[in-house]
Amino acid sequence: MANKSVFFNPFSKDNPVIVQILGICSVLAVTAKLEPAIVMGLSVIAVLAFSNVIISLIRNTIPTNIRIIVQLVVVAGLVVIVSQLLQAYAYDVSKQLSVFIGLIITNCILMGRLEAFAMANRPWPSFLDGVGNGIGYTIILVIVGFFRELLGSGTLLGYQIVPQSFYEAGYVNNGLMILPPMALVLVACIIWVHRSFNKDLQEKQ
Amino acid sequence: MNKQSNAYTIIYIIVLVVIVGTALAFTAISLKPRQQANADADKMRQILASVAIEVPGSEAITAYDKYITTTFVVDETGNKVADADAFAVDVAKQSKEAASERLLPVYECTLADGSVKYILPMYGAGLWGPIWGYVSVDSDGTTIYGAYFAHQGETPGLGAEIEKPAFSSQFSGKKLIKNGAFVPVAVVKSGQVPAGDADYVDGISGGTITSKGVGAMIDNCLQPYSAFLESLNK
Repeated sequence: MANKSVFFNPFSKDNPVIVQILGICSVLAVTAKLEPAIVMGLSVIAVLAFSNVIISLIRNTIPTNIRIIVQLVVVAGLVVIVSQLLQAYAYDVSKQLSVFIGLIITNCILMGRLEAFAMANRPWPSFLDGVGNGIGYTIILVIVGFFRELLGSGTLLGYQIVPQSFYEAGYVNNGLMILPPMALVLVACIIWVHRSFNKDLQEKQ
Repeated sequence: MNKQSNAYTIIYIIVLVVIVGTALAFTAISLKPRQQANADADKMRQILASVAIEVPGSEAITAYDKYITTTFVVDETGNKVADADAFAVDVAKQSKEAASERLLPVYECTLADGSVKYILPMYGAGLWGPIWGYVSVDSDGTTIYGAYFAHQGETPGLGAEIEKPAFSSQFSGKKLIKNGAFVPVAVVKSGQVPAGDADYVDGISGGTITSKGVGAMIDNCLQPYSAFLESLNK
């Protein structure tokens, strides 16, 4: 596969969240506000790219029967390092994300990409695949986070967007948007819109 | 070499774990001083937030040295405990001790207008994890000047709203001592009033358990200070 399509396919046609349906759990957890969604996306891009490269470099030495354990050790190690670095150099952000950074370990996209791509490809395409899938994941997080924060809190990145006069006229923030189930409904809506534009992704009857 | 043999597998995983473990230990040790400094600066920022001094984390240390004039530790009877560093007291641990056993840190703060406030730390449990905060009391020991609350992982938009000024600013002006006796400020549902004559603030809709946690935290953590506060009141 050409490097270009390795990098760009995960944005839409092969998106990890809405086409491969991976990493749904963290989409539910971190998208109540836009800012943690963005930082989570960036952290996943970093961890995914580096773990892909590391696994790709050692792919020929890994004994097949413990390959999942090896992948897990590498991912867990990287996630702890990212979390430690954030605590030392971006304390405020790390405080906001607290448990979410640890959640990267359980993100199925990571295991999925390591198993499906990095185990069989050279480091450079693996790096592109990691960054591409990370961006594809981040796009969905940002879309969901955008709607949930706007409709649920009336703010974006903490700034008030819905004017005060709306509230005085009787407008109420949708409390349901803050709760995780609405993230699932929003993801479903995105999948619906996405499939209606990409007819080849629709399942045949 | 046979990569599927047990010996290869065991040696492989041992080597891998040792390498990753070393890398993690190295990262943790080399970043430790920086993280501790960040955590201390953040604690100073939170202490100052309770007297409505908002500074970014990077300026917290200078601001703390400027406004916090003395710190000391008192016991339940209101007497100062010698040789105790208020900043180093672990409030999380102390809040679980019996009231008579506790070390109670007090931060004395002199504001720009010369007025003196006493800042008292609190620690308790919310719905998902710990919550903590600082409350500042006027020099008469009776009236709350300001409050600051924080949490580890309360639900965003619900319990997590306790860290917003919309919630914490309600505490300004509430009385901790009424008719010479200590009464903790209650946290109640909007529109309700607590039993007794305690002052109260409105809890967070949809964050009932967190709101109750705040009420319980105020009760548990400020009650032992009552002798100290009453001594200020005289």
